[in-house]
Formats: sequence, structure tokens, C-alpha cells
Amino acid sequence: MSMAKWIQMASVVSLLLLLSACVTINIYFPAAAAKKAADRIIDDVWQLKPHTPVKSVPPASPQSSSGQ
Amino acid sequence: MKHVPVFSFGTMLMVFGVLLFSAPVAKAQQSANLEINTPAINGIRSTLHDQFLKLKPYLQNGAVGLTDDGLMAVRDASLIPLAERGQVEAIVSSDNHARLELYDTLAQANGHPEWAGQIRSTFARRWIDKAPSGWYVLENGSWKQK
Repeated sequence: MSMAKWIQMASVVSLLLLLSACVTINIYFPAAAAKKAADRIIDDVWQLKPHTPVKSVPPASPQSSSGQ
Repeated sequence: MKHVPVFSFGTMLMVFGVLLFSAPVAKAQQSANLEINTPAINGIRSTLHDQFLKLKPYLQNGAVGLTDDGLMAVRDASLIPLAERGQVEAIVSSDNHARLELYDTLAQANGHPEWAGQIRSTFARRWIDKAPSGWYVLENGSWKQK
């Protein structure tokens, strides 16, 4: 086998290896990113956490009204 | 004569190799976050929010529960006043359509329609994990109260 042929064959094999590696990486599912995206969307859809829970009950006024 | 084509093939291959390596790296950097802010996705999010507000009392009293396939189901119709039963069932059904559409749209918006199934199972887990105590969840075929 001539040198040129050998190099050509090795090149084709490495090209195939590179291609398969590329496809493998692109198919990989980003589980952590998906979880983060799900959490943001679920929080937005449900909006279960009150955004201003502290303001609704000032500490001083209920004490004075209940004490007198 | 023989050296010229071998050299040019090798050069082409090197250029190809660099391109092949850089493409997945760029992809990996982009996918640190999933795209969740397209007009289509935002439309489904607001639909889901509106329907949730209507279903909230029935999620809280156990008439409706979350299923481990990323959807909802009527668990106990007798907990819904007869006059509203049909309407609640219709909302659950339309909510499930919107959820499936959300999973598909998210996968498409991120350039991987084949991710829809994995996105759906990720959501299924997170809906159940984030559900407040008192709500019912269907896991492995049986209803449990959180």
C-alpha cells in the first residue's frame, strides 16, 4: 500500500470518528438546564410564593390593637 | 505529481476537523440555559397560568391531582359541584393539551424536537416536587397526598 493511500484511509477513518463524536455531543440532553427551565416556568405558572409577605403584617399595629 | 493531491486533502481535513470541533463547543456553551422566552412559549405559559387559577381550588381540595407523566387528572369528581364538573373536566383536558404543547415547543425552540420526551419527564418530576403539601399526585398508578 502506498503512503498516499494509507494517509487517505487514515484520514477518512479519523473524519468518521470526528463526525460521530460531534453527533454524540449534540444529542446530549442538558438535564440541569432543563430542570432550571422547568423550575422557572412552574414558578411563573403557579406563582405560589407570595412576593411581598412581610409588608402585609406590620409588627407594631396588631400588638397595640389586641392589647387594648 | 503525487504529493500535491495528498497535501491538499490533508489540509482540507484539518480545516474540516477544526470546524467539527468548534461546532459542538459552541453548542455546549449555548445550552447552559434553555430558551424559555419565545412568543410561543410565553403564550402557553400565560394560558397555563390562567387555567391554573381556575383549577387551584380543585387542586387544593383533591378533586384534581398531578400525574407523573407531566399532566393533570380529575382524581375525585364527587368533590366538584355537579354544575361545575363538566367545566372542570374541560379545563383539565385543555390544560393537558397546553402542557404537551409546552414540552414540544420548548424542545423545538432549542433546536432539538427529539428532546420533548425528556423535557416532559423533567417537568413531570418538578411539578410533583414543587407541589405544595395537601395536593394529590399520581405516582406509579396510585394517588398520594403530599
